[in-house]
Amino acid sequence: MELSEIIEILKDLHPEVDFDTCTTLIDDKILNSFDIISVIAEISDRFDISIPAGEIVAENFNSAQALFSLVSRLSDDD
Amino acid sequence: MLFTSSTFIFFLLLLFSLYYIIPRRFQWQLLLAASYVFYAFAGWECLVFIALTTVSAYFSSIRLTKLHESQSAYLKAHKGELSKEEKKAYKSSMDKKRMAWLLVGILYNLLVLAVLKYTNFAIGNINSLLDLFTADTSIPMLNLILPMGISFYIFQTTGYIIDVWRNKYQAEQNFFKLALFVSFFPQLVQGPISRFDQLSQTLFSEHRFNLRQITFGLQRILWGFFKKLIIADRLLPAVSALVANPDEYTGTYVVLEMIFWGVTLYADFTGGIDITIGIAETLGITLAENFERPFFSKNIEEYWRRWHITMGSWFRDYVFYPVSVCKSMLKLSKWSREKLGANIGKRVPVYLSTLIVWFVTGLWHGASWNFIIWGLLNGVIIIISQELRPLYEKFHEKTSIGGTKGYAVFQMARTFFLMSTLRMLDCYRDVGTCFKQFGTIFYKFNPQILWNGDVLKLGVSAADFAVVGAGVLVMLAVSLIGRSGSVRKKLSKQHISLRYAVVFLLAFSILIFGAYGAGYDSSQFIYNQF
Repeated sequence: MELSEIIEILKDLHPEVDFDTCTTLIDDKILNSFDIISVIAEISDRFDISIPAGEIVAENFNSAQALFSLVSRLSDDD
Repeated sequence: MLFTSSTFIFFLLLLFSLYYIIPRRFQWQLLLAASYVFYAFAGWECLVFIALTTVSAYFSSIRLTKLHESQSAYLKAHKGELSKEEKKAYKSSMDKKRMAWLLVGILYNLLVLAVLKYTNFAIGNINSLLDLFTADTSIPMLNLILPMGISFYIFQTTGYIIDVWRNKYQAEQNFFKLALFVSFFPQLVQGPISRFDQLSQTLFSEHRFNLRQITFGLQRILWGFFKKLIIADRLLPAVSALVANPDEYTGTYVVLEMIFWGVTLYADFTGGIDITIGIAETLGITLAENFERPFFSKNIEEYWRRWHITMGSWFRDYVFYPVSVCKSMLKLSKWSREKLGANIGKRVPVYLSTLIVWFVTGLWHGASWNFIIWGLLNGVIIIISQELRPLYEKFHEKTSIGGTKGYAVFQMARTFFLMSTLRMLDCYRDVGTCFKQFGTIFYKFNPQILWNGDVLKLGVSAADFAVVGAGVLVMLAVSLIGRSGSVRKKLSKQHISLRYAVVFLLAFSILIFGAYGAGYDSSQFIYNQF
């Protein structure tokens, strides 16, 4: 799994956002609850990883890099 | 003991005096004693229920933390010795144990809430079904008590247990500190629904007499009384009259009901929360904010981020997200993408979760079909808004109207109208009446009631309306000033004469214009009943 794949998933929802640099996806309300759930479903589908509800916090979804780190950590735990 | 009663004022003065006299290490114990005294006024049975909730939360959370600790210790001790499969099997067995303790903690509380709040609603529905088949069989209603604020403290406690289960933080080891978290009296009445990791930062600390903080707290309390006694309690009789006689009050009256109820509920609920947060502030304790000028919201989704914030975030974190990412929902997501295509398929689980969470939100507000329909309609409108998003974006691309102030005002008015329409379900006796009343807006044209004096026959005099109108203007002005930062901080930077003038004016206006009724007995806060 690569960071670019996470960015691809996010771009699919918000093509107008620069996910390489943006670090305030939640704080600036760029991603809403619907987007977060769509992203989680897509990640679960593609990488066979489940993201528990307790991990859905701003720190893990504020940037593509943070989300990538979360998914990497969860796949290591598995 | 109502916040607006003289008994409560006396209770608060006594507590406040003792709080800053006793050694500071005993302050939180005093708050616990005061909270139980406060709650005892609601009935001794209430004390039993809140104590049992505390006991269930204490034992389940302690076990959960111990399980987390022993798992970490075991994995650390056997690092490198376990195969991937062994590690997975161990984690899985521990997950099951933790799930069992989570269920012990939350099922007890949710069951109590379900039995006390929803049994008679269920019996009523069963009786209605029985009526369809046989006329002479019905189940008698039960005489159940509903302890004050139970929905609030059970949700707060359940959130705490789930957070410990998620290992967000460790369980509180001191039973009495946890008991204070569950029962802290200012928020027992109508929230806010606090999170343990936030509230515990100031709830158990030692607090020195801080004049600035106490002054800020008192100002907030005064502001709460202003909204409650000058606006909400004065306008409530008109709302009661309008909903009591729906056949008589149609057309323009319904529009008035929507506006009056919106203003009343806002003034009542935010007033109560201002008093709650203000009391906590005088004691050095920080509570979460529950409102952020919701009537300035441009859409319903934003509105729900700014109205009853702690309830919305509770449902998001503990219902919406868990439902959305549970295994069966992810399976549904996969299935719907395969069968319905990516575009429609990805929407199915999100929208289903939305409807589930709004159904539960409606049910939490009250055991009636009115609230269930209210909740579901909120969900449906949010989904429609989400679907219309691309259309709005295209519209804004092609026109320059999007950024104008006029359009922003239109968006706010639209949101207010939408929410006021849904709020009708709070008031009218059943769903049918509500829809019927709404329909009359479009075919009963009686705007003359606005100027022929008929509005003054609703139990609210012209003088009352004038006071309410002035109160609403003050409320609007404070909201506008508050958009660029704390109003009280701004006031504190003004000349002393202006500061005193504002505070005295506020206090005197409450004394002179407040609606006290017979025997100085103000109305109960609307959200107490939840």
